Amino acid sequence: MAISERHAQQLDRTAARPDQQVPNVVEFRGVSMQFNSGDMGLEDATFSIRRGEFVFLVGHTGSGKSTIMRLLIKEHEPTAGSIRVAGHDLAKLDRKKVPYYRRNLGIVFQDFKLLPDRTVHDNVAYALQVTGGHRKEIRAKVPDILRLTGLSTKLHNFPDQLSGGEQQRVAVARAFVNHPPLLIADEPTGNLDPETSIGIMQLLYRINRTGTTVVVATHDHAMVDRMRRRVIELNGGRVVRDELTAGYRQDEVSTGEFGALLREPAPAPRRLPDPGDLFDDAF
Amino acid sequence: MRFSFFLKEAMRSVNRNAIPSFAAVASVVVTVLVLGVFIPVVQATTGAANEVRGRVLVDVFLKTDAKPADVQRVRVLLSQKTKHVGKVQYVSKADAYKQEKKRNPEAYQLLGSNPLPDTFRVTPDKADNALALRDELAPISASGSRTSIDPAIDKVENRKDQTGKILTATRVVKLAMFMLAALLVIASILLISNTIRLSLFSRRREVEVMKLVGATDWFIRWPFVIEGVVLGALGGVVAILVLLVSKIALIDPLASDFALIASPKTISFSLLVSLLFAASVTVSGLGAGLSLRRFLRV
Repeated sequence: MAISERHAQQLDRTAARPDQQVPNVVEFRGVSMQFNSGDMGLEDATFSIRRGEFVFLVGHTGSGKSTIMRLLIKEHEPTAGSIRVAGHDLAKLDRKKVPYYRRNLGIVFQDFKLLPDRTVHDNVAYALQVTGGHRKEIRAKVPDILRLTGLSTKLHNFPDQLSGGEQQRVAVARAFVNHPPLLIADEPTGNLDPETSIGIMQLLYRINRTGTTVVVATHDHAMVDRMRRRVIELNGGRVVRDELTAGYRQDEVSTGEFGALLREPAPAPRRLPDPGDLFDDAF
Repeated sequence: MRFSFFLKEAMRSVNRNAIPSFAAVASVVVTVLVLGVFIPVVQATTGAANEVRGRVLVDVFLKTDAKPADVQRVRVLLSQKTKHVGKVQYVSKADAYKQEKKRNPEAYQLLGSNPLPDTFRVTPDKADNALALRDELAPISASGSRTSIDPAIDKVENRKDQTGKILTATRVVKLAMFMLAALLVIASILLISNTIRLSLFSRRREVEVMKLVGATDWFIRWPFVIEGVVLGALGGVVAILVLLVSKIALIDPLASDFALIASPKTISFSLLVSLLFAASVTVSGLGAGLSLRRFLRV
């Protein structure tokens, strides 16, 4: 059985239990975050994300995208407001429970954050070992997820032997191997070239189609506009735009179509005419 | 499953961080060597100093015409009514004559009679009290000369010129040794903790990633602790081997010639070795586990 089907089944099972049904996976209510230096990371942010959504957080550097990510993984505490994830208030989460909470999140970073002294296989397996996964489970799941991310041939390579795109795929595989209900990615394509970025976005989209909620922070406006997904735009720590159906296509598209969507040409850049030509014309 | 996993993780990181591991082992070796040499040296010197102090005596000479009743009275006085008295040994006229005659037969051949008095050799309860004891037995009178507390006592002596010197000299030796030992122990602890901190600092990113994946503190910590224990044990074994070789090659042949080396009061080699081994393992394991705390706050 393909991993995506299995994951969809798993989500259906949890959805069938009424106590597990939550309207919103993520809920920010009036959240503010002031750093010790006095800078405001986030001001009065209120939004919610439903189960199965694919959401972009966009904004310039310093607009508060990463702050939201850090708050979501409970690396920081908000100075005001409340954050609920899957119905649980993060403020009430005990420090000791944080590792267990993080196991229910998939986290992808711009700088991959792979363990440099482990092979691709071991990096992904570590996420399972952390939860006390047994050898049998690891042997079943890891090759599966690596096949999904297209890394079957790189099993025994070390991270520094891989290209940036491949490393990010490993990071995504590690984030998804536990089948988390929520996957957050902070600038997952920040270090990658456009074509590789499309590959990573396709991968995230494929994961989203299995029912996982995906939140992606990025500053790549062009890519976001082409993807026609929900967009939450931040500026100076404030939510300035929350378009639920920003050019949203209601019908499902396949991963291939999705990729084609991303490759659609953006408006041609208007460049100044070459001064050399002007010179030639004059004489 | 859990333990074997942690052990595997620890061995992996020893392999992959060969240079920091080597530094850690080297610092443990140096520390254990220094301690292994200094513990017996300090013990031997303080033991020797104590032995010298043990020889500090107060001699109570009775008058030559003292009767057995006088002897008995003074004995009771010394053993029951005087403070600071440790041990009282009675040397009678005849015994003293016999001892001295053995030491210097010609001189005593010339003497017809026995000129020696009955003597009590009094060992003070503590070497430091020798002078106080003397003052008690022979208090200084208002005129500045010494009187005695019993008419039968002729003189109280404690080889006075020596005693003061011995007491100060041994005190200085002991103090110097303890200071040196304390300094070395502090230096060793700093060396080990520094090495551990450096090798952990180079791996703080790794710890950060582990936290983000959802590892609990102890899940991260155990491999580090096991690694510390393994490296500590390795360093301890190397140092102990060096100590053993040098003991057999250098110290043992000399032991018969130098009383200080053969001093029976030093710690036995097997006890020393097991203490050092236990200390190196515990310190490295605890050090690794505790130093990690700072990096676990992610």
